[in-house]
Amino acid sequence: MTVTLPPFHSLLDEHAADLHRFLVASVGPHDGADCFQETVISALRAYPGLSHDRNLRGWLFTIAHRKVIDHARSAGRRALPMAEPPELVTLDPDGPGSLPEDELWAAVRGLPPKQRSAVVQRYVLDRPYAEVAAVIGCSEAAARQSVRAGLQRLRADLPQEVRP
Amino acid sequence: MTGPHDTDDLVARLRRGPERPGAARPPATAGNGQAPDPDGLAALVDAALARADRDDLVDVGWVVTDSPVGPLTLAATPEGVVRVGFGTQEDVLEHLAGEVSPRVVRLPSRLDGLRRQLDEYFAGRRRSFDVPLDRRLSHGYRRQVLEALSQVPYGETVSYKDLAVRTGNPGASRAVGTAMATNPIPIVVPCHRVLRTGGALGGYGGGIDTKVWLLRLEGALAL
Repeated sequence: MTVTLPPFHSLLDEHAADLHRFLVASVGPHDGADCFQETVISALRAYPGLSHDRNLRGWLFTIAHRKVIDHARSAGRRALPMAEPPELVTLDPDGPGSLPEDELWAAVRGLPPKQRSAVVQRYVLDRPYAEVAAVIGCSEAAARQSVRAGLQRLRADLPQEVRP
Repeated sequence: MTGPHDTDDLVARLRRGPERPGAARPPATAGNGQAPDPDGLAALVDAALARADRDDLVDVGWVVTDSPVGPLTLAATPEGVVRVGFGTQEDVLEHLAGEVSPRVVRLPSRLDGLRRQLDEYFAGRRRSFDVPLDRRLSHGYRRQVLEALSQVPYGETVSYKDLAVRTGNPGASRAVGTAMATNPIPIVVPCHRVLRTGGALGGYGGGIDTKVWLLRLEGALAL
């Protein structure tokens, strides 16, 4: 028996805004738009082959997470000959400068992809750990660990807040 | 050593999201292209889908268009127009996802030709449609009847019985009625031109008022 999948556009109606937010948080507004297109194309290519319609959101974000991994790899290649990507990626070229929020998102975009997706899913999109785990393809315990490690690294990377 | 308060502050900032201060949040849905689009999200979706179309990934493209007989959902495969729907958009599209392919997305560009011809038709400036049709939703005798129906010209009417005779099955009036009731491409394939023997209106998928409106437009019904 074959599964009846909903029309693809209903996935976009439900998830396009979150998908865009996830990618802008993860790779910045400019590359986020590219990754968004790549995600839609890859998802549409694979969609008719799905054998079930459970957790289509998780499936869509798994594809987006892979685009973030690909993006991090090619960013790493661009940064050669450095062995490690720089601790902080550069600020958004189209941003107004060095607002504290720019530093925050630059630090997020400097996280290893797994931690980055975990932190963004958990806090920017407010998803439960079970969904974070489904997106990055690991156990719930490992998802918690990735979120924790990501937050630790952000705290280490960010200048101490001067509280008002 | 940082305390839990620092983490809470960091989490609160993450929760506010990456949007620029003062920028509006994206709308909850990609919308239908007419909604406000403060972040260009709908434009981004449209650009992705235009690219998907170039990569042959859009099996069914659709658009909803206004008409004098109410909103119409128009859908086309790469081969041609596959569906004109009076019903709600979701019912029409879910049916297409099941019958044709789940790769169903909003793609107005694919329906530009049909939309223009429908506008001309509704304005009384067009008498026949010249767009490729994809008749895959009808089969067997029903399809044969609908193909014969395409030969009934603007402004004329036939009876269910006439169509049964024309398709070589004089006793098949009832089957002709079923073919009309399940016509996937109404208006373009003119099932509104089929009446009961004796001239009673019979039924219509888009409602009897719509049938009357179309027949009056074509001058086939006296006021």
